[in-house]
Amino acid sequence: MIRQLFQYKGGVKLPEHKQQSTRLPIQKAALPQRLTLPLQQHIGTPSTPIVEVGDSVLKGQMIAKAASLISAPVHAPTSGRVIEIGEYAIPHPSGLKAPCIVIETDGNDAWCDHRKPVGDCHDYSPDQIRDYIRNAGVVGLGGAGFPSFLKLTLGNDRVVETLILNGAECEPYITCDDILMRERPLEIIKGLMIMKHALVAKNCVIGIEDNKPEAAAALRGAIKELAVEVEVIEVPTRYPTGGEKQLIKILTGKEIPPKALPIEKRVVVHNVGTAAAVYRAICLGEPLISRITTVTGALKKPANYEIPFGISAAELLAQAGVEESSVERIIHGGPMMGFSLNSVEIPLIKTSNCLLVTDKKTVPLLDKQQAHACIRCGSCADVCPINLLPQQLYWHSRAKDFDKVQDYNLFDCIECGCCDYVCPSQIPLVQYFRFAKTSIWQAEQEKKQAELAKERHQFRQLRIEREKAEKKARHKAKAAKVAANNSENSDKKQAIEDAMARVKAKKQQAAEASPEKPESGGNT
Amino acid sequence: MQLNTPSSPHIHSGDQLSQLMQRVLWALLPAITLYVVFFGWGIIVNILIAVLAALTFEAIALRLRKRPLGSNLGDFSAVLTAVLLALALPPLAPWWLLVVAVFFAIVFAKHLYGGLGFNPFNPAMIGYVVVLISFPREVTTWLPPEAISGESISFVGALSATLTGTLANGINPDAISMATPLDHLKTQLTQNHVISEIIHDNTIFGQLAGSGWEWINLAFLVGGCWLIYKKVIHWHIPVAMLASLALIAGVFWLIDSERYASPLFHLLSGGAMLGAFFIATDPVTASTTNRGRILFGIGIGILVYIIRSWGGYPEGVAFAVLLMNMLAPTLDYYTQPRVFGRGRNS
Ligand code: SF4
Ligand code: SF4
Repeated sequence: MIRQLFQYKGGVKLPEHKQQSTRLPIQKAALPQRLTLPLQQHIGTPSTPIVEVGDSVLKGQMIAKAASLISAPVHAPTSGRVIEIGEYAIPHPSGLKAPCIVIETDGNDAWCDHRKPVGDCHDYSPDQIRDYIRNAGVVGLGGAGFPSFLKLTLGNDRVVETLILNGAECEPYITCDDILMRERPLEIIKGLMIMKHALVAKNCVIGIEDNKPEAAAALRGAIKELAVEVEVIEVPTRYPTGGEKQLIKILTGKEIPPKALPIEKRVVVHNVGTAAAVYRAICLGEPLISRITTVTGALKKPANYEIPFGISAAELLAQAGVEESSVERIIHGGPMMGFSLNSVEIPLIKTSNCLLVTDKKTVPLLDKQQAHACIRCGSCADVCPINLLPQQLYWHSRAKDFDKVQDYNLFDCIECGCCDYVCPSQIPLVQYFRFAKTSIWQAEQEKKQAELAKERHQFRQLRIEREKAEKKARHKAKAAKVAANNSENSDKKQAIEDAMARVKAKKQQAAEASPEKPESGGNT
Repeated sequence: MQLNTPSSPHIHSGDQLSQLMQRVLWALLPAITLYVVFFGWGIIVNILIAVLAALTFEAIALRLRKRPLGSNLGDFSAVLTAVLLALALPPLAPWWLLVVAVFFAIVFAKHLYGGLGFNPFNPAMIGYVVVLISFPREVTTWLPPEAISGESISFVGALSATLTGTLANGINPDAISMATPLDHLKTQLTQNHVISEIIHDNTIFGQLAGSGWEWINLAFLVGGCWLIYKKVIHWHIPVAMLASLALIAGVFWLIDSERYASPLFHLLSGGAMLGAFFIATDPVTASTTNRGRILFGIGIGILVYIIRSWGGYPEGVAFAVLLMNMLAPTLDYYTQPRVFGRGRNS
């Protein structure tokens, strides 16, 4: 069957640089002595530790539980002992530190015994499947790390027409999905079938960029072997086709509005790596404790490594044969959207899909020269997959005109970097957009806080006034009560008052009788 | 380990501003070559003087504004402005005419507004309009093609004419200068001549439009198409401008072909092609959305026709472009493209 493919506007063709990391099969990274596991390796609330320093843990044992609905538990990638729970640098553009559980590995790699493999997922209800996946800590492995069970939950109209597996992998250099599809296609397809069951999805489609024919062939083989109905579709190689909404547009023609979720249009997209993780969670009872990470660039052994979470970048790079002295930068993720690490002492986590190492000689990234002025050539707008006008966004961001910049839909920008890539004036456009976004968020935060303060002030004012009014009312009531009391006791009171008046009168008489005394004394 | 930590994206296509500008200059080459063939070496002298003046003014302006010289001088934008001005002014124009035009283009229209990218008006056209208004005679008298005047203009001759006012052989260029075909047609029409009578037997008119001019305009067209193919410019402005010019000219021509020149004459005369592909497309001052570009082009086409037919000047490209420059920001604002996932829903 030939499926009609659609097109999104814009995008760029990038040099791929993918061969070098696909020459070797998946390499198993050697287990390091220490694993540093951040409590947050996903989008959402950080997980809550359920172990204490000194505890022994087994491989696959949950060491931190989900703290809320949008959260994911963390499991021990191997057996060992918890030696610290403290703040360490995590892979994040900000370079900030966050709480981590540090495990000293014991080398036994001993599994915990409460693995519960599920035979046939169809014996379980979608709800049960979702629970398993949730407890296995599975998150999207494509990059964002959104807890997967949430994306396996039905929307309001409870229909999923198309379940899409994303195998596009459009960023240059990265091949972790490619190699996984080539080597473990059965896991992916089985995982896909479990997802299909959980979502009661009607159709399953796998989208792969047409620069990965081996992967497509392997998946087709697996589909045949399992005799399931899944369509593998080759889509044109173009960045950012691997973007969720771009891939949906290509495969279904549907455009998911900004801020909306695909499920609202009866589509769900998962990454191929996530499908394999789901398979392992359900069929093998293995929680998510490892992933495939591409390590490539200026190093001796570029390949895809199966890494235990918590391994430090330094450790992995050493295993891949990096000459530390010549390294220029290390990018976590791809060259278009990844961020550069400021230290190699950083643990790799569920979302670490690639480490790209550059030195000035063998992997020179075409670094921008000094930026020129924007000449409004419009090249940026031509390639923007969201159909924004980056030149206008730039102009107003630069002028800090944050109202205008929102008029031009700044917040729809996905920071894909296409505009930046083509700009002949070599302006760091995305940097400007990030700056504008953060400034607006900050301003909003401040405004909110100011409003809150104002509200509090007004509340206080109101309260004071109310209290005053109440006090007054109370006083009045009291006074009235006193007055009422008074009239009751008026006779008694009258008597007292009379008596007092008499005393007073007497005193006065006495005083009038003796005034001359001091005067005369004074005159003499 | 000392790591470099720039933010994403970490790669770039390698496209450069200077390369863009150079491509535009290359695209002018066919027309410049034909210019030399038909009108002699005057244009080359024009270009040399204008470029020299432009680079000098640019350097001074950058120095005064304390901007780095190297990268800005090397972006070729001043060179492009100079070459466009040289093409817009008569081939044997006195040197000071060029220098004044370039001065206003570079210093006033560009640097006083904040330099490249910040100028609301097309610098070359500002320079042109300033000298057109100040020195109308010098700007509107052109040499006829060499084949008509019988005078072949050598490089030395052109240089001498430009610097001293007389050709190397002592002839005053004024003696052989004439109005351009567009200018001639207009003056004759205002004197109530009809077109067939004006064109008849007048050698300054060729097969399609002005003799010589028609080929140069076709060469601009070829260069312009190459720029579109190379994605240096978008097709919207030139196509919209030429189409609207042709359409409106066609309507009037159908109404009365004796009083209104043919669409083809309009397309291949004066600065129509140069304007459409090289001047109106100046990205800094044009509209920057696709729909905006189309409206921008249409506006210029209509204004060119109005000024040519009823205005006080024989050619209207410069005024039309400047007028539309004023509208560009408004056009941009109201013609934003539909953002992915917004508006129309699939
Ligand atoms: S590509 Fe660069 S120079 Fe061109 S309009 Fe966009 S920001 Fe300006
Ligand atoms: S980074 Fe933003 S503005 Fe630039 S191309 Fe991507 S979505 Fe468009």
